[in-house]
Amino acid sequence: MAEYQNIFTRVQVHAPPYLGVQLPRGAWGRQRPVGFNHLLGRFGDAQVGPIYLGTLGLMSLICGFIAFEIIGLNMFASVHWNPVQFVRQLPWLALEPPAPANGLHIPRLQDGGWWLMAGFFLTTSVLLWWLRMYRRARALGMGTHVSWAFLAAIWLMLVLGIIRPVLMGSFGEAVPFGIFPHLDWTAAFSLRYGNLFYNPFHCLSIVFLYGSTLLFAMHGGTILAVSRLGGDRELEQIVDRGTAAERAGLFWRWTMGFNATMESIHRWAWWFAVLCPLVGGIGILLTGTVVDNWYLWAVKHHVAPMYPHVFPPVIDPATLPGAPK
Amino acid sequence: MSHCRKVFLLVGAMTLMAGCERPPVEALQGGYRGTAMEEIINPRDDAVTAAANIVPAAIPAAPAEGPLASSVYQNIQVLKDLNVAQFTRVMLAMTQWVAPPDQSCNYCHGANMASDDRYTKVVARRMLQMVRYINTDWKDHVGKTGVTCYTCHRGNAVPKNVWFINPGESSHTGLIASNAGQNKPSPGVGLSSLPYDPFTRLLLGDHNIRVISDAALPDGNRSSIKQTEGTYALMMHFSKSLGVNCTYCHNSRSFAVWDASTPKRTTAWYGIRMVRDLNNDYLLPLTATFPAHRLGVLGDVAKVNCATCHQGVFKPLYGTSMAKDYPELQGPLHTSEVPATAPAAPPPTALLQPSP
Repeated sequence: MAEYQNIFTRVQVHAPPYLGVQLPRGAWGRQRPVGFNHLLGRFGDAQVGPIYLGTLGLMSLICGFIAFEIIGLNMFASVHWNPVQFVRQLPWLALEPPAPANGLHIPRLQDGGWWLMAGFFLTTSVLLWWLRMYRRARALGMGTHVSWAFLAAIWLMLVLGIIRPVLMGSFGEAVPFGIFPHLDWTAAFSLRYGNLFYNPFHCLSIVFLYGSTLLFAMHGGTILAVSRLGGDRELEQIVDRGTAAERAGLFWRWTMGFNATMESIHRWAWWFAVLCPLVGGIGILLTGTVVDNWYLWAVKHHVAPMYPHVFPPVIDPATLPGAPK
Repeated sequence: MSHCRKVFLLVGAMTLMAGCERPPVEALQGGYRGTAMEEIINPRDDAVTAAANIVPAAIPAAPAEGPLASSVYQNIQVLKDLNVAQFTRVMLAMTQWVAPPDQSCNYCHGANMASDDRYTKVVARRMLQMVRYINTDWKDHVGKTGVTCYTCHRGNAVPKNVWFINPGESSHTGLIASNAGQNKPSPGVGLSSLPYDPFTRLLLGDHNIRVISDAALPDGNRSSIKQTEGTYALMMHFSKSLGVNCTYCHNSRSFAVWDASTPKRTTAWYGIRMVRDLNNDYLLPLTATFPAHRLGVLGDVAKVNCATCHQGVFKPLYGTSMAKDYPELQGPLHTSEVPATAPAAPPPTALLQPSP
């Protein structure tokens, strides 16, 4: 007998393609083709399309493509257009921001100008995509929650890429475009500012990041566990609490004394996800502008615990009289 | 589960594990509990390193009496205090440690042993001075262990781990973006994407390695992230050269704070100064002495860094002192009496400019 209780759905319902609600006047038409894909149906909805591109979507894709090409072609050029080396070294390659000495001047293309241009087009692309998400949600008569959550992520990206560098007076403070290089940048950022783990906003961001995964697991697990009782119909359960909601709630009260409701759990999850980049961005923004060494800040405010010394006292040799330079 | 799926899962798991080190891995606690100050040791890898760091047997000691070599041989400028037996012992040792076996004495000496017409002899003389200088004046770094030629050379005419100024590839042409001296997998900095030549600025030049502020709030420290990446690259070089983790010297909660660091950090601090000293005073002046094929792409001389001596071990040759068997290498320097070597080609100064 068919089952419907696993994330890898074994049942695929085939019906005529659903083309969506009536569009308002002035909007582009939805683009066909509409089809079904069995493999996609194993994970989600088997129906692919219709797609709505629209002016904003098109412009966003063009800007994103320009940024992608600027970054990719510069990387490709850095290995002398050798496709084998491009693939081999791809994780190491990057498009670097201008040197710190450049400050906030517009640099020559080869000295960070490409980076600035790629950043401009990427930012434009992302902001246009944000506007598109907002407009599409409105067009469907939905709330705009998804676009605001997206904006939280954009905030973090812009803090790292432009807002903080401008406050610091140097584009060179920004993140390079590259796989390992941006990770090395992250480590160097923490090193330079005395260990980002002592930044309380970084702490909060981690709480919300791990909290999001925890909530996702708890919620996903709960709904799957009560779907045999009608729990997968969450919206009905919100307005007309049935046995699934009662059991799910009781389960959590039994196990931890408290439960979110079928409705509030989604607000919990949304806020956790949104707060992760939101507070993270605040933490980045304060680094170097307001606080220069997070470890010493934490010592000053009695956040960092002190450990007993296990080594003989170590003093900075540079402070000794007659020390070499 | 079908056979095909099993194979697929196995290959998938192996791919995921490809970056991991095969057990056994031992963690040796160093610092206070909970501070993660531990050394990660893999006995299998350790055995390979140990086999590559076996100390050659010492040549039997020379009698203390006998005529001075300088009274018997001509053109002796450094080993003036040695008698003939001691002098011959050093020459023999250098032949074993440095000269290619097929050339032996001829690597440095022609028919006229006293002649300086081979560049290798001029270099060797300066290196002998350097060894004595290190053993005398850099005890802060080498302690009582000391160094010999073998510490670096290990039987090679040119030590395996030397470095040249790396100007990078000339990708900086036309409108193509500069790679800012990084983003190439370079063995010198542990194959990271960090700056591939932190040595020119930090081990030849004496730019500040410290980038972290001494105060919690902004107090005029303008060290940039890029500068920090240079320091980070140098530290990766330390780590790879010594086969240790960051926590060998630092408490990673604060890399800057000295009173949370281990005493080894002090040794390393003197090591940095020693390397700068040797590069500038002993190696740079030899630039014009070397033939072109021994120089780097910018015509600069081979220079030393941590790997030159350490070669993957926390103490070169696991701390075995060869120098104690060679009192000849502990002697006075006689620096003032040695004629200055040919003037050095100026280092490519553009690369020595402080990074902004």
